[in-house]
Amino acid sequence: MPYKILEKKTLADNVISLWVEAPQIAKKRKAGQFIILRPNDKSERIPLTIAGVKKDAGAIRLIAQVVGDTTRELADLNEGDFIRDLAGPLGHPTPIKNYGTVACIGGGIGVAPMLPIAAAMKEAGNHVVTIVGARTKELLILEDELREASSEFIITTDDGSYGEKGFVTDVLKKRIADSAKIDFAAAIGPVPMMKAVAAVTKEAGIPTIASLNTIMIDGTGMCGGCRVTIGGEVKYTCVDGPEFDAHQVDFDELQNRLGTYREQENKEEHNCKLEGKV
Amino acid sequence: MKNDLTAKERMAIPRHDMPEQSPEIRKNNFEEVPLGYSEETAIKEAQRCLQCKKPKCVQGCPVNVHIPEFINKVAEGDFDSAQKILLDTNSLPAICGRVCPQETQCEELCILANKGEAVAVGRLERFVADTARLKAETSASQKTEITKPDPSARKIAIVGSGPSGLSCAADLLQAGYNVTLFEALHEAGGVLVYGIPEFRLPKSIVKSEIDALLAKGANMITNAVIGRLYTIDDLLDEEGFSAVFIGTGAGTPKFLNIPGENLIGVYSSNEFLTRVNLMKAYKSDARTPVIRGNHVAVFGAGNTAMDSARTALRIGADNVYIMYRRSRTEMPARIEEIHHAEQEGVKLDLLVNPLEFKGDDKGWLKSVVCQRMELGEPDDSGRRRPVPIEGSEFETQIDVAIIAVGTSSNPLIRQTTPDLPMNKWGYIEADDDGITGKKGVFAGGDIVTGAATVIEAMGAGKKAAAAIINYVSC
Ligand SMILES: Cc1cc2nc3c(=O)[nH]c(=O)nc-3n(C[C@H](O)[C@H](O)[C@H](O)COP(=O)(O)OP(=O)(O)OC[C@H]3O[C@@H](n4cnc5c(N)ncnc54)[C@H](O)[C@@H]3O)c2cc1C
Ligand code: SF4
Repeated sequence: MPYKILEKKTLADNVISLWVEAPQIAKKRKAGQFIILRPNDKSERIPLTIAGVKKDAGAIRLIAQVVGDTTRELADLNEGDFIRDLAGPLGHPTPIKNYGTVACIGGGIGVAPMLPIAAAMKEAGNHVVTIVGARTKELLILEDELREASSEFIITTDDGSYGEKGFVTDVLKKRIADSAKIDFAAAIGPVPMMKAVAAVTKEAGIPTIASLNTIMIDGTGMCGGCRVTIGGEVKYTCVDGPEFDAHQVDFDELQNRLGTYREQENKEEHNCKLEGKV
Repeated sequence: MKNDLTAKERMAIPRHDMPEQSPEIRKNNFEEVPLGYSEETAIKEAQRCLQCKKPKCVQGCPVNVHIPEFINKVAEGDFDSAQKILLDTNSLPAICGRVCPQETQCEELCILANKGEAVAVGRLERFVADTARLKAETSASQKTEITKPDPSARKIAIVGSGPSGLSCAADLLQAGYNVTLFEALHEAGGVLVYGIPEFRLPKSIVKSEIDALLAKGANMITNAVIGRLYTIDDLLDEEGFSAVFIGTGAGTPKFLNIPGENLIGVYSSNEFLTRVNLMKAYKSDARTPVIRGNHVAVFGAGNTAMDSARTALRIGADNVYIMYRRSRTEMPARIEEIHHAEQEGVKLDLLVNPLEFKGDDKGWLKSVVCQRMELGEPDDSGRRRPVPIEGSEFETQIDVAIIAVGTSSNPLIRQTTPDLPMNKWGYIEADDDGITGKKGVFAGGDIVTGAATVIEAMGAGKKAAAAIINYVSC
């Protein structure tokens, strides 16, 4: 099956956006689902969330940050090239319905998977407050599209180079303190960010989902490499997730497990901008 | 060549071993361990078969290979005819000859097994299939032409390309149907490619079997996760398939459910083997990483456990232990695999039950705490139940643990096909012919029986093919 790259753009330093031909996936996918791909026949299999879809063109959008071998191999492909393997749509879709006011909180590359969720939540009639965080202005991606997909749109940067200075949780706390109504929250981003968001919304009693980006191989429930602990129970991110009740996730274990192959990857030059960000 | 020895002469010939790579050498490579019979040895071994009038061995084989007949042809030196006889009932003889547990199937019932040593049915099967494959590969004239499926023929969908799906496809193609296989992974073959290691079943053999199927006109769609990309109902209602066969295997790993199981370094055997086999982590140019432990403990004692242990040795472990709750007699692995593992230096730690994994402050596995067991009264399975010995806890330093205690049913199709009846373990309910409780849907292999064997899965695929033909022609 051909998975042709129809369009390739650079969104920020080391962040690429691809539109890929995959008509049946485009037809079937729902917000929150992901795919597994292999850029070439020596590559690893990695999961990427579907960041958008053009049904007419039979295309799905993938946004990736170059953090290791596989994402580099993907970024080395150009328009007109083919991705060797691509399977999906995987995982359960986001539970989209009219909750009232929904906070969509994204950090780093996590704003990409947030885009379709914010759009779907808005379409379902919610008042969507999107809060995105980046370390610095240059690393902020998808600003215009997110703004359009949201009812309110707030940017934070760690260094104050753009939007409000601080973390997404600062904005969230302030809104909660100002007794703004939030009925539901979704968090996607670096593990420390999701953990911090979950702590804030738990205290405020806001139901919250987090989308977990674990290590995976098959994505079909066959290997168990993606297992996480949710409320003391072991779950598979690929077939039970990728979204879980954020208040039940063991984020520390998740963070640990994500580091499994760091040493091996580090042997290559590896610059992971996602780490340690809140 | 005539096969006309007397029974006495036949019985005087001892069973022939297969030459093997020596343990010292093979534990450092991924090449196949047994090297196969020579022509001469194969003929001699075939002459041992008494050509029983009522051969018991055939009843022991789940697809009832015509065993005395093919062996007779080997004894006559007519290997082509032997292969034809094999293919009558078994579309994957090179694979079965290697991985069937012959000692509990065909060879167990061989009349000579009582008197000493059974005829080496599996080894002969392997010899015949290998000889045929080599001949086909070397003769250019044999270049198989791709048969185009007849577009007007009924379309049948097969979900999963493990042994059950492959054998079902082979029979449906033979009967002239238009067959499409949907495989979730990027490569076809099921456990044959992601589970069973290269040193036991070379992937080139699996590939040549699959290529042969493709040459007969099968349409193989990889990266197709059924339940998500298409549901079973989509296939029947929208994609124009007259029937669907589900052969998705029992591929969801079970864990031990003890503390510390999510530490870094604890793998399911499926993950460990997939990284090494399917993703080729043992090769220097493959990108998929795997933790190469120094001290590795494997939990379980089936083929999967043996494969994991021997793989761990080959990628560099100093010590590999098989830790098993019961005793040697209860180990479910093929005897040959246990024997090979021990020869290579795998240590069996029997009557041992894991209680807890311990890790360091960074979440990496450091040790396992176990307790010793003794055998008590027989349990439901008829095997003596292991009971803990009080105060026998001990700790072993390990950096990789591989859990090989079985699998359960994969949830994908179950979640997305609510009207397909399942049993209480989540496996699909199907009768002996693969007929399920949903119209037009057939199933077989591990997804019906739970983890079983390659040949049983193949047998189920064949029976379902017959039932499908019957269903669509009514
Ligand atoms: C490590 C290991 C060693 C073994 N050794 C032996 C041995 O020596 N001898 C022996 O006889 N047996 C052995 N077995 C058991 C044997 O391999 C299985 O019984 C047999 O492969 C089952 O065949 P199957 O066709 O039912 O399923 P599988 O071989 O499991 O194939 C199922 C296929 O379906 C695909 N699939 C699953 N879900 C979907 C979906 N939703 N959509 C599309 N495709 C899907 C899977 O990716 C897979 O390719 C071993 C098993 C393992 C794991
Ligand atoms: S297929 Fe397996 S069980 Fe049947 S004869 Fe061959 S080796 Fe024996």
